[in-house]
Amino acid sequence: MIPSLFDYKRASSAAEAISLVSEYGEDAKFLAGGHSLLPLMKLRLAAPSVLVDIGRLKDLSYITDAGSYIAIGALTRHMDVETSPIVKQHVPLLACAAGHVGDPQVRHRGTIGGSIAHADSASDLPATTLALGATYVVQGASGTREIAATDFYKGFLESALQPDEMLTEIRVPKMNGAGWSFQKFNRRAQDWAIVGVAAWRGNGGSGVALVNMGSTPVLATDVATALASGASVADAAELAAAQADPQSDLNASAEYRVHLAKVLVRRALEEATK
Amino acid sequence: MKISVTVNGQTHESDVEPRTLLVQYVREDLGLTGTNIGCDTSSCGACSLHLDGEAVKSCTVLAVQADGSQVTTIEGLVTDGKMHPMQDAFMQNHGLQCGFCTPGMVMAGISLLNENPNPTEDEVRMGLEGNLCRCTGYHNIVQSILACAKGGK
Repeated sequence: MIPSLFDYKRASSAAEAISLVSEYGEDAKFLAGGHSLLPLMKLRLAAPSVLVDIGRLKDLSYITDAGSYIAIGALTRHMDVETSPIVKQHVPLLACAAGHVGDPQVRHRGTIGGSIAHADSASDLPATTLALGATYVVQGASGTREIAATDFYKGFLESALQPDEMLTEIRVPKMNGAGWSFQKFNRRAQDWAIVGVAAWRGNGGSGVALVNMGSTPVLATDVATALASGASVADAAELAAAQADPQSDLNASAEYRVHLAKVLVRRALEEATK
Repeated sequence: MKISVTVNGQTHESDVEPRTLLVQYVREDLGLTGTNIGCDTSSCGACSLHLDGEAVKSCTVLAVQADGSQVTTIEGLVTDGKMHPMQDAFMQNHGLQCGFCTPGMVMAGISLLNENPNPTEDEVRMGLEGNLCRCTGYHNIVQSILACAKGGK
């Protein structure tokens, strides 16, 4: 399968990339690792007329300790997030989730920014960074702004990013030793999760987010609220799907997904509760 | 678009359409048909080759993305007529049945050992999650990679 014809532009800086995308408008797409976009283009589910390749902007591939949070450049590959000593120490839930994305070959190419900007509710990192209360830094022609993960996901493959904006950095608050768990339920290795759960608990708080339980990743605030008011893990987990609106597909019915969400949230919270 | 890619040690200056996939480029433009196309959806791993030393699925990389890079395909593993130790280990341990997935398995296996020189059996199995064998010949594939890691046969 071959993508339909497109023009290829290689950007040598973030500013140039944004300028190129602004020039070509909504028909242009950023190409990072290409592991979300190229499969869609090969299936002709996406047919951008211009690809702006940002894959060589190495200055957007970094992981730094910024005090209260870890700053991760948007072009940092999954393999680098997964194996980073800084991420493993301060945000182990994210390191674990990054190690569950696709397979080693995919993780050699795919980037955290690409995955988040693609805004697929079935992907692991949008939900994981949502659970962790991350903030996304985006750059546009008119400057830079920060978008909370809670405000980012707008619909199926839709985000708060404007067509001429580029995600440049992901800021993930340090977990400060909180317990955590990442649950991914699928039938074959490397598949997308039928349902996934990213959860942490500790330091007087908790965060639970669901993978593939609706058109956007779902932050299960009802679960966190119940835990905060003293509910047991089992009782809180019963609320897992209260804010979700899962679809039925070839892999699972909506009802089965609701059941899975409750089971997986209970397992996750049991693992995360120290 | 003009690209320059070093494949198996030889630099090629080529003019490709931007939509040309890396696997197409190595198979059709360079005639290196050892890299197979299986699923063509980045699931099966048959098209795995090394891009700057790491295994990638070449059905999901554009040739233009490999501009300026080093590519190694299964054909590039032989030096002075001698097979790579991983190829030898596959042969000694009968790590193949029909052989279609084998080039991808060998390339993934080498990449795996580059990152984790002494893996456990579980780590090898997890490391091969991106490579499918329709013959289900995984047992001997895993044994081959473990044997290569031990430097034996």
